Formats: sequence, structure tokens, C-alpha cells
Amino acid sequence: MGERTADAVPVETAVEAVFREERGRLLAALVRRFGDLDLAEEVTSDAVEAALTRWPVEGVPDRPGAWLLTTARRRAVDRLRRDQAYAARLALMAVEAERAEPAPPADAGGDLHGDPHGDLPDDRLQLFFTCAHPALADEDRVALTLRCLAGLTTPEVARAFLVPQGTVAQRVVRAKKKIRQARIPFRVPEADELPERLPGVLQVLYSIFTEGYAASSGARLQRLDLAEEAIRLGRILRRLLPAEREVAGLLGLMLLIHARRAARTGPDGALVLLDEQDRGLWDRPMIEEGRDLVVAALTGGPAGPYGVEAAIAALHDEADDLASTDWPQIVALYDVLHALTPSPVVALNRAVAVAMRDGPEAGLALLDELAGEPRLRSYHPYAAARGDLLCRLGRLPEAAAAYRQALELAGTDPERASLRNRLGAVETNAG
Amino acid sequence: MKYMLLIQAGAIGEDGMAEGCEDGGVEAWMAYDKEVKDAGIFVSGEALADLVTATSVRVDRDGRRMVTDGPFAETREVLGGFYVIDVPDLDVALDWAARCPGARGAGSVVVRPIADFGA
Repeated sequence: MGERTADAVPVETAVEAVFREERGRLLAALVRRFGDLDLAEEVTSDAVEAALTRWPVEGVPDRPGAWLLTTARRRAVDRLRRDQAYAARLALMAVEAERAEPAPPADAGGDLHGDPHGDLPDDRLQLFFTCAHPALADEDRVALTLRCLAGLTTPEVARAFLVPQGTVAQRVVRAKKKIRQARIPFRVPEADELPERLPGVLQVLYSIFTEGYAASSGARLQRLDLAEEAIRLGRILRRLLPAEREVAGLLGLMLLIHARRAARTGPDGALVLLDEQDRGLWDRPMIEEGRDLVVAALTGGPAGPYGVEAAIAALHDEADDLASTDWPQIVALYDVLHALTPSPVVALNRAVAVAMRDGPEAGLALLDELAGEPRLRSYHPYAAARGDLLCRLGRLPEAAAAYRQALELAGTDPERASLRNRLGAVETNAG
Repeated sequence: MKYMLLIQAGAIGEDGMAEGCEDGGVEAWMAYDKEVKDAGIFVSGEALADLVTATSVRVDRDGRRMVTDGPFAETREVLGGFYVIDVPDLDVALDWAARCPGARGAGSVVVRPIADFGA
């Protein structure tokens, strides 16, 4: 410990990089050891603070993760000595936890295997399941996952979701209180529970991703940092659960959408629709990676919804333009998706694909069948899609009305700008 | 860790009897009760008599007692009975709640940890 590294990486940067990568692992290892999220968070922060003070003087240790874990564990033991009652309760919980599954070796370290972060055990899977526990509120699950597993601070989570810091802090406190008082366990569900529990974890990652991709409100359309956090978490989960095809499906879906990021907004931040995007800007290596994941997601068993959505995204990514896109295949995949997860939004997307396959009239007929759906009444893509199809049919006054309705419902400035452009074009031609 | 399973009847019939909890009949309840007791997790538990037999008591600021018939089922969920069980964590408690006949049909089971003021 304390050896100086030969490479002169600026210590501040090194500490931040290590901390960002190791924080989730460190926290998960400490939660497993002590069974208490508050204590684990506190001593994780203590250990990082100690690193920030000592590493600039003593140099970055060879195994920074192990150093942090040892330091944090000592702080935890110190704290427990000072607070006997607390320690007694934790000990009781630890005994019960150990009855359920054997504890890792006291000095868990060492498993390097070419993994740059291998000097810490990886207990993050149980933390994923606890943070996404169905007994917690949806928005609390997202906040807790970003904090505990992505290593985001409360202000960072608040900025990402454009909500006040106090709101995020409250969500985290509420969730941790419930975990502690209702005793939500830190455990990986058994194989027979996974079909019930895994979708909850995937939902948390996907809602982080979609918030980053199509921010629901605000001046910027995309918040790439959130999308990238979701992908990073998706990659971790994929490593932890390599046999789960829906994990592959979700990661594939996120990559195949994220691959279009550079083409999705113009230089002024305006929304660029799929048919106008410069496909040369799409990230080919990311598309390749996503396609491989689609294959993994769709082989070896029945398809899950994320795998099917990823396959649809792959068909878009593989096409040279809108006209040569394999619309019959996309319609067929939407049929599969609708059978797996029936929803008016899936029906809407299917109708748009049918319009591309069979012409705008067929698509519009399907859209009009959905007019009574309460969920679509406040969903601006529905009104926008009707506007597009009415426009293609030359029914311009009706198209203008649909665009105006969409404009009232759209959440972000770039989306509104795009709708205003379309409305303007229709009004000019109609006039 | 002790949890109370509050068994909520989804609807009350005209006669004041709970509906939706009779799924599978008395046998299902007896089988569940036996399972809970055989598992060694049973602390206490009772089924409540029909809601028409309920009486509410309030005491006002002057100490006057106000007794009224009811409450009647203005709310959709009516407590029909409860169990207190002692299990290691919430996941185990949720499993027992899911196995309860009262969780089926229109009914639901609310799981509440018992407050711990000790230690």
C-alpha cells in the first residue's frame, strides 16, 4: 500500500476516475458485509475522503479498490464500536443473512482475471435488485439506482432530471428508510423469482435511458449523460447476468437507439426526424454491437419485449433510407410486441409502420381506431403521427389541426420547434 | 422481524359479508392457516366478524363519548382479518402475503412491518 505509481496521472483525476468506477462496487461489497445501506454509504464517502487526502501525498496504491474497501471496512468497525446498540442490531441481521447465504471470505479481493477493477468483489447484482425492489416507488428506484450503482451524487441526479435537489434527497431518504425499516433484503432473487423481479431492474435502466434520450421537458432534447449512464449500467448488468436474454435485449435496444444520437439533433439543437437524419452520422460500431446483442436476445428461447424492440431498432439502423427499410418485417415485429405487451403506444407505432408498408390511408384508419384511448389523448406523438399521415394524404387543414394539438402537448423545445416547422409547411401549402 | 398482514376484502355484499375473500372457500383458508402455523412463523391472527357488527367510538375534547354504528363500506377496502408473522425479511413476508387466499380476486393483503421501539 502507498507505493508511488510510475505514471504521473494527476492524482485528482485518478481519484475521481477510480471513485466513479469503484464506488458502486465498494458500496455493494460493504452493504453485503454490513447489511446496512446508510452505514455503507457513510464509510464509502469516508474512504474516498481519506483517499483524497492521502493519495496526493503517498501516491495512488497499486490496488486502489482494495485500499478503499479496507479503509471503509475499518471505519465501519470503528463506528460500530462506538454505537453498541446499533452494532447489536446489525449483528443480528448479519446472522440472519448468513443463514440465508454463505458470507464471502473476510478479505475478499484478488480476483483479477484481466478485469481492471478486479481488486474488489462484485456484489452489485444484489444492490441492483434491492434498488429496483417492487416495494419501492418507481421514482425512488431510479434515484436510488443512480446514486448507489451509477455513483451519481444527489445534485447530479437532480440536475439530470431537472427536479429540485431536495426532491431527490427526499426520495433517497424515503427509499432507504423503507429498506431499513421494512427490511427489504439485499439479495439476488432465486432463478424461479427472476421472471418476476428482473423486469423491474430493466425498467429502471430503461427509464433512465429514455429520460436521457428524449428528455420529457426542458430546453435540450437529449441528455446524453443520462443515456450513457443507463448504457453503462446495462453493460454491468449484462456482465453480471450473461444468460438473461432480456438484459441483452435491453442493452442492444439502448445501443441501437443511442447510435443515432449525432444525427438526431441539428447544429441549433433542433429535432431531426428519422427520415431526414444523415445516416452517415450514425455510430456504426455501436450498431454492430447492438445487432450482436439482438441475436443473443432472440436465440435460445421465446422473445421478450426488449429483444423485439431491439430487433425493430436494428432494422431501422440497417436501412439506407426510410423507403428501403424492411417495413413488412417491422410490422410483423410490432405484432409480436403487441402480443407480449399490449399497449396503445405499441399499437400507434404499428400503425405508423403499416402506413409505410401499405400507404398513409391504411395507417390513418388504424390511428383513428385508437382515437378513444385515454393514454394517447395527451401523447403528442399520436397527434403528430396523425398530422404526418393527413399531410401525406393532402388533407392539409386536418393535418394543421393535428399538428396544433401535438404542439400543445409536446414537452421539449426542440420537439415543439419541429412541430412548428411541420405546421408552418402545411399552412403555407394549404393557404 | 414481525410483519402484520392486513387482509382487505375487496367488496362487501348486501348482507355485509366480505366478497372476494371466499375464493377457494373455507378449505383454502384452513389450509393457509395450517401452513402458517406449521412453518413456525405464526405470532397471532384473527378473522373479524362482519362489518355490520362494527361500532365506532370517538371521544371529543370535552371527554364526551360518541358511539356510532358502522363504519360502513364507503371505502372499497374493508379489513377482514389479520396475521402477525415473524420472518427474516420483507421478501419472505411478501411471499406469505401472496399465498394468502385473501390476496386473490378483489381482495388484497397489505404488509406492514411491526414498529420496533426496542434496542
